[in-house]
Amino acid sequence: MKLLTGNDLATGDVVWWTGRDWSRHVEDASDVADGGESIARAEEGARRVTGPYVIDATSTPEGPRPAHIKDRIRALGPTVRPDLTLKPADPSAGDWII
Amino acid sequence: MYRYDQYDQAIVDTRVEEFRDQVQRRLSGALSEDQFKPLRLMNGLYLQLHAYMLRVAVPYGTLNSRQMRMLGHVARKYDRGYGHFTTRQNIQFNWIKLEDAPDILAELATAQMHAIQTSGNCIRNISSDQFAGAAADEVTDPRPWAELIRQWSTFHPEFTYLPRKFKLAVIASDTDRAAMRLHDIGIQLVARDGQIGARVFAGGGMGRTPMIAPEINSFVPASEILSYLEACLRVYNRHGRRDNIYKARIKILIHALGADEYARQVAEEHAGLKTLDLDPPAAELERITAMFGAPAFERDLPSHIDRNDPDFAVWVDQNVSAHKQPGYSVVTISLKPIGGIPGDASADQIDVMADLAERYSFDELRVTHAQNIVLPHVLTRDLYAIWTALREAGLAEANLDLISDIIACPGLDYCALANARSIPVAQKIAKRFGQAGRQQELGELKLKISGCINACGHHHAGHIGILGVDKKGTENFQLLLGGSGAEDVSLAKITGPGFDEDGVVEAIEKVTDVYLAQRQTGERFLDTYRRLGMEPFKEAIYG
Repeated sequence: MKLLTGNDLATGDVVWWTGRDWSRHVEDASDVADGGESIARAEEGARRVTGPYVIDATSTPEGPRPAHIKDRIRALGPTVRPDLTLKPADPSAGDWII
Repeated sequence: MYRYDQYDQAIVDTRVEEFRDQVQRRLSGALSEDQFKPLRLMNGLYLQLHAYMLRVAVPYGTLNSRQMRMLGHVARKYDRGYGHFTTRQNIQFNWIKLEDAPDILAELATAQMHAIQTSGNCIRNISSDQFAGAAADEVTDPRPWAELIRQWSTFHPEFTYLPRKFKLAVIASDTDRAAMRLHDIGIQLVARDGQIGARVFAGGGMGRTPMIAPEINSFVPASEILSYLEACLRVYNRHGRRDNIYKARIKILIHALGADEYARQVAEEHAGLKTLDLDPPAAELERITAMFGAPAFERDLPSHIDRNDPDFAVWVDQNVSAHKQPGYSVVTISLKPIGGIPGDASADQIDVMADLAERYSFDELRVTHAQNIVLPHVLTRDLYAIWTALREAGLAEANLDLISDIIACPGLDYCALANARSIPVAQKIAKRFGQAGRQQELGELKLKISGCINACGHHHAGHIGILGVDKKGTENFQLLLGGSGAEDVSLAKITGPGFDEDGVVEAIEKVTDVYLAQRQTGERFLDTYRRLGMEPFKEAIYG
């Protein structure tokens, strides 16, 4: 599957295209198939996102998992600061990245 | 310390308002990202993995307690409670919101700070010796010169769009604490016949093509230093390659031309520039120098240190250096707690260091290129009180220049350019070797880790270097040996095939075992490597 990701223009937060809007949680991301580039252009033009790009991912029972470690780190947060990730209360959350 | 005059303040304040307008236009859609990106970069604002990152300049690594507290304030109010001190003696904040950036810069400006030219293809923050003004072996304090160069290079219209970024370092000792010859231009101030001048090296750097800067001039008189630098930059700006980003640094140009030919062209250019009255009057350097005058040191002080507390004694031996003034010492505060993140400091720790500087160090701090903090002028009799306060703040790690005093870039945990994570490797190495006694037994061992070929973690200059690469989607770590950024400068060499994260730690274990078994009296790791060569280390690693 393919996901569309980028950063929120005003805050810089990592965001994922859900099919309707943007979410900070990769679990909400939807497969953009071949439509990612056109969505990216429209959303960037509307100033809702900056630096959007399409990535490869796999579908898992827990939700989409980006294929590359860089995007998994973007999705969760820095592996060396679990307290600053999106799941600070889950000590095993970092395993998902590696 | 340098204090802004009305011009400096006006420049910075005007820049803040200009950037505020640019941010507003970006948010309103009047500017596209392609238009805005070069503008934000010129104000130190990157877009990294998780958010915008703001790099704040600390000119030549010097700041006062008010400025340090301002950094703590920014960390607390606008970031997530911490900052990351960098190998260019700056600080980075990792979780900045674009909409906050103008307010942050406005607050920084009230403390005479900014983020100008901390990114972009311009002359970057001038780096220098963190012991400037305190080192017994310096011929003069290098910071007035660094400040003069800072003023010359700020918004220099001819050098705002260079082929590539440009880094300068200024030192004034034979001991090189600033990796001077790994800069685009390195300046060593020297004395000749009672006059101060500059020994100039050009074309050094790390990155994907590491080079040691050759000397291009053995003595440029003080009165001509700016016009000479102008000539150096002008020749580079004219002939540096703009067709290939990987070949655009001055080192590539000088390597292609040859150092002698580059020096000849610079001399020719300089001959013309000298006639144009570009150099500032001596009074301007004197005005700046007056602000860097020596503090009011007390005289006839004892140098005795009560070493009854063994933990304190270990810290003194490792992190306290001699000061030129009897009765005073230089303290290096390690930002490398075992298992911590190299270079990171919490807002509370930043405040503690500011308080200590105000109370004990004539209000001065320094950031080192090794990502530590220095209190440059403390009374030796106050060392125990300082250590006690540092220990309470988690800042008393006694590991300066030991294997756990690791330089590490932010790596893939934060950086959009990185291929591998640097910090977890640093943490594992520090935990493996950082036990009391073990790292002291290994002695001076400078270990440096970069998460990509750009070499922000200075791996080429590590006695042991580690380079993280992407190997078919997984992190892989190459091991290098034999580098140095000091006066015995050298470039590290790759041992062979790379390793996974645990594998590179094991390889370092084998490398240090060879050192311990083969070292001769007084030899550091680097000395033993240089005597033996790569082979015995390679044999131990790859068998």
